[in-house]
Amino acid sequence: MERTGIEVVHEGLSDYTTVLTARVEGGNAPDLAQIAQPGLMRSFAEAGNLVNLSEWFNTDQLAQDYNQTYLDLGSVDGNLYGVFYQAFTKSIVWYPVQAFEDNGYTVPTTWDQLIALSDQIVADGNGNPWCLSTEQDAFTGWVITDWLEDVLLRTAPVEVYDQWMAHEIPFDHPEVLQAADYVGQIMFTPDYVYGGTTGINSIWVGDTQTPMFAPNGPKCWMHKQASWITDFWPGAQDGDPQFEAGVDSAFFYFPPIEEEFGRPVLGAGDQFVMFEDRPEVRALLEYLATPEAARGWIEAGGFVAANSSVPVEWYTNYTDQTMAEIMGQSTELRFDASDTMPAEVGGGSFLTAMIEWVDEEGGGTENIFGQIEASWPSG
Amino acid sequence: MDQAAPPLHPSGGSEPPAATAGGSRLPGLALSVAAMAGVLVVLALGASFLRDPAAPDRLVSAIADAVGLDGVAEGIRDRGLTSATAKVVTAVIALAVGFGGVWALFFAANGLVDRVGLRVREHIRPWVFVGPAVALIGFYLVFPTVSTIVTSFTEGDGAANYRFALTDPAMLTAFRNNVLWLVLGTAGSVGIGLLVAALVDRVKREALAKTFIFLPMAISMVGASVIWRFIYAWKPPGEEQIGVLNAVTTAFGAEPTPWLQTPPINTLALIMILVWLQTGLAMVVLSAALKSVPTELIEAARIDGAGELRLFFSIVLPTIRPTVVTVATIIAITVLKVFDIVFVITGGGFDTEVIANRMFVEMFKFRNFGRASAIAVVLFVLVVPFIVLNVRRQRHRGFAG
Repeated sequence: MERTGIEVVHEGLSDYTTVLTARVEGGNAPDLAQIAQPGLMRSFAEAGNLVNLSEWFNTDQLAQDYNQTYLDLGSVDGNLYGVFYQAFTKSIVWYPVQAFEDNGYTVPTTWDQLIALSDQIVADGNGNPWCLSTEQDAFTGWVITDWLEDVLLRTAPVEVYDQWMAHEIPFDHPEVLQAADYVGQIMFTPDYVYGGTTGINSIWVGDTQTPMFAPNGPKCWMHKQASWITDFWPGAQDGDPQFEAGVDSAFFYFPPIEEEFGRPVLGAGDQFVMFEDRPEVRALLEYLATPEAARGWIEAGGFVAANSSVPVEWYTNYTDQTMAEIMGQSTELRFDASDTMPAEVGGGSFLTAMIEWVDEEGGGTENIFGQIEASWPSG
Repeated sequence: MDQAAPPLHPSGGSEPPAATAGGSRLPGLALSVAAMAGVLVVLALGASFLRDPAAPDRLVSAIADAVGLDGVAEGIRDRGLTSATAKVVTAVIALAVGFGGVWALFFAANGLVDRVGLRVREHIRPWVFVGPAVALIGFYLVFPTVSTIVTSFTEGDGAANYRFALTDPAMLTAFRNNVLWLVLGTAGSVGIGLLVAALVDRVKREALAKTFIFLPMAISMVGASVIWRFIYAWKPPGEEQIGVLNAVTTAFGAEPTPWLQTPPINTLALIMILVWLQTGLAMVVLSAALKSVPTELIEAARIDGAGELRLFFSIVLPTIRPTVVTVATIIAITVLKVFDIVFVITGGGFDTEVIANRMFVEMFKFRNFGRASAIAVVLFVLVVPFIVLNVRRQRHRGFAG
């Protein structure tokens, strides 16, 4: 870190929630940690493991540079504990550019157009309109929770989303069941999804979009997933990517459903939290909150800064630029609710219920959502 | 070492020192006590050195100063050592204090024991040698066990923790699956192991055959799980099946089956992985037992007209029965604690939950320490009978029966 003159020892971990929890419990916490789940941050903060930033951080500057959502998500009981660094949006749908053009398909901008296009693809005998699957061992089901959240932001006022996330309304509130019907329309309409309901539960998340790149034309045409999926396109994991974002497959904004709810985006992001209060750690965290701290990552590509004072022209590739644009045009930004809910629900019953819902091919929706409600921890 | 040894009274049991004897004895005692104190001081210094991240910097710069390399010392004080160098210094000190310290500790303690009166000396000595190990095991095994039991009752609502551990639907699924694992996993490993051991017993290339069965033992549970994920892989009908199992079934015209997502086949599919891993162990031990069956016994049975099957079930099997039971209990304990396979492949989804995985999930994912501890206690209680059984058998008969 040339700007601060502080030498930083970085540890990257694949199962960092487990390791971080173990280290914090063992009194061996790192000075700073970058974490993705606001719920994990909250439990550290409530256990008194984190340094309260409100007492000394320049919060006025933060309020100027950051969307309020990030500040709220970095706070517990009005005290700031986390500074967001990286941001993503999941409200994007990938499609095969050339095949769309060849078949005269256009990018849908409303839900009705999205359904009409899906029907058109089925009617044309072009395979299945949707690439949608969620198998990822212990996390199986999360893709569907994302779908539900993204739809809920489009079918209900954002306050409903907030109340649902905070469990101020029941998990199986009618608004949520209504959103589930929209998701069910995609997942359970025959021929809509590649591999059918078995495919949804059995195809590994990283392989979801692979059939779109089949040599004889796409076997599925639309895939709602965050931009990291490009790392799992054919060849990418072997260091030999065969397809390029923006050229072979580009993405469009997941269209609004009810006009009155504007252009919401579902996002996610990583925040830095502080376990040790020392001057150099403070200095480093202050630096990380500036646009300059993100510049290296931005220029390397594959990174959208949470700090919205970062100039758009810094972004150099299609994905980052388009995503920053979509996030810039959004009227509301909300975080992944399942990451914020108690882990028993967001990482537990919500996931298993979605698996079961798919298994039942959309049957017993009320009952299944009622089970999630019943699993919410008391107190 | 500047500690003046306090004039200790020789411990009980020895006669009061006569004036002349005291003269020759006290310096020896003082020396032993001083040696012991010195060792303890060095150990304490070593421990505090290892706990202090800045200590390697100070040590190396002090050495540099002493040798006269003032510039180097200055540089280290300013910028610190590189992290690799600091690690090496720490490792060297850790080895020196660890190995040397422990050796010195035993040596000094032994010296101290030598100064004690003759009658008690030989009663104390075993404890001096075995004591540290017992204390360490106590600290690393008994303390966590007690702490887990305490946590299960005090963290959150103790009764609710146990109500969850014993009645929650997820836990009931886990219990059911653990029974399946216990019965099929143990029976499968021991049964197949015994079968192979018996079949290859008189084969020409016995060693080669056994090597192939034993080979999976060298693979970690996680590695095996990743391998078997490919075997069970599923692709939609009409696509090329990359999973061996579905490739075979579709070749016979069947629809591809999502093996890992279809209960209860998926639990059986997971148990198969464990059987694949554990059969080698059962086979090797049972094969050794088979070879120890006295030939005169077998010959006598043959002369009495027993056929091969009769011979195996009426003569050989009863003879090696203690070994079979020992192997079965060892594998049963492994099976009861099974975690890796489920964690890697399904994460407990699709009704494949097992007790150990649920404990992990409650602890690290949901951060319900009380519930996790209660589950741990339940698992502990379930494993104890197998351990007791095993220890008893070993005490009576030894490992190979």
